[in-house]
Amino acid sequence: MQDTKRYFNLLKLFWVNSIATQLEYRLNFVFATIVSLGGLTGSLFSLSLFYRGGYTFAGWRWEEAMVVVGFFTLLEGFASAFLNGSLDQIVKHVEKGTLDFILLKPISTQFWLSTHRVSLWGIPNMVFGAAIVFYAGSKLGLPWTAYVASLIPLACAMLILYSLWFMMSTTSIWFTKIYNLTAVLKGVVEAGRFPMVAYPPAYQFFFTFIIPVAFLTTIPSETLLNRTGFQSSAIAIGLAIGLLWVSNRFWKFALRFYTSASS
Amino acid sequence: MNALLRSTRHLLRVFKTLLVTNYAHMLEYRAELILWALSGSLPFILMGVWNKAATQGSFGLSAIEFTRYFLASYLIRQLTVVWVIWDFEKEISEGTLAFRLLQPLDPVWHHVWSHLGERCARVPFVAIIIVLFFLIYPNAIWIPSLPTTLLFLVSALCAFSLQFLIQYTLAMCAFWTEKASAIQDLWYIVHFFCSGAVAPIAIFPETVQNIILFLPFPYIINFPASILVGLPVNLGQGFGMIFVWMAVFLVINRILWRKGLKQFSGMGA
Repeated sequence: MQDTKRYFNLLKLFWVNSIATQLEYRLNFVFATIVSLGGLTGSLFSLSLFYRGGYTFAGWRWEEAMVVVGFFTLLEGFASAFLNGSLDQIVKHVEKGTLDFILLKPISTQFWLSTHRVSLWGIPNMVFGAAIVFYAGSKLGLPWTAYVASLIPLACAMLILYSLWFMMSTTSIWFTKIYNLTAVLKGVVEAGRFPMVAYPPAYQFFFTFIIPVAFLTTIPSETLLNRTGFQSSAIAIGLAIGLLWVSNRFWKFALRFYTSASS
Repeated sequence: MNALLRSTRHLLRVFKTLLVTNYAHMLEYRAELILWALSGSLPFILMGVWNKAATQGSFGLSAIEFTRYFLASYLIRQLTVVWVIWDFEKEISEGTLAFRLLQPLDPVWHHVWSHLGERCARVPFVAIIIVLFFLIYPNAIWIPSLPTTLLFLVSALCAFSLQFLIQYTLAMCAFWTEKASAIQDLWYIVHFFCSGAVAPIAIFPETVQNIILFLPFPYIINFPASILVGLPVNLGQGFGMIFVWMAVFLVINRILWRKGLKQFSGMGA
């Protein structure tokens, strides 16, 4: 109990600190908002290219496909708020050998590395993403319970994305300069822009069982649209917890190979 | 005349050295290069969606044409990757540009040759990925004729030059603001959706097409990719627009470069 409280206090401290730093650059926030609006317009435009000629993703009306784009944008915002900044630091710490100092701290290293930085830059995307979800949802006349139900798979999606990202960053212990391994992940995650049925079977297999992109946007959307029973949420929970555990084990395993540098 | 010849020869020797050293430097980071080649997986993802869409709906392009288009777009994206703005921003903020200015060579050449050196090192990995793709999906194999290939190479070189020139011009903002790369982020968003990376421009609504064709974006991906795949393109208009935009950015670039240098203080160096 005491431990949990300590971690909460630390979290607050980290976040207040990094937000204070970023408030020095308020103009950036305006920029992030413009970029995010542009990105959203582009995403909806590229989706409309499919629906223009009367084609629909099997069983997904325009508004329903919009929900997927909404969740995708929301997760993009989540990633730039919580993952991009802090996890990319891991690479830097390994490269410069400053990971030593973090290992010495009397708290979980994974916790420190994952929460040390948050970025306000992600907020516009999260807000716009949620707005799209609500807009499409209201067009479809969804009840409020649907939104509540979709929170569970959405939270799982965030955990899954975090765990994958963290594991990618962890490999820097072996490869050192590996900024782009997360770039590979980001590239693959782009597949979340569309519902899984839009893909050929081989892709669907890959995005469900190899890199679980399906759980990032399709499952939350399906839950929101009340298309799937509780079992897919249950699978999402299982997967999220499983991956989180694996990411922790993987980190500890990787640390055995950490030899430090220039310190 | 003789002096000109001598200085050209000297410049060529400098370029050769820069290319060789940058190539050698990049070879050190082979693992990274493989990953960069892999991280451009977006065209393959879009290929899947469009392939399925084209077999069920009508978009004016067949499934196989979509497949080839996105493969070509993967190739051209790999060939035109540019990151000069981040390097330049760093040189300004750390003041290291000051050392480069001391050399009797415009600093831009360092960037140009580091890009070209990297490109030489990257191409083999890109080739491996393309061969692997054809092994998995032999139906998509097509062999462009020699003139088409040559035309593609020329257009790819033009696309790279334009892309480089645009980004180097945006990089000039680093003289005045700390976050020039934020401008690049904004530019990239427009580039991403207007260049033909998400879908061939030919299937865009006509009004959008008419606007986009006046912008530099489609000539960086859509134009070379369409040439390689054999989709109808207006060569004269395409190359014309590329040269017009290159000229525009070259002029802006030189003006900003001169203005920026005047107030560059080399802080930190």
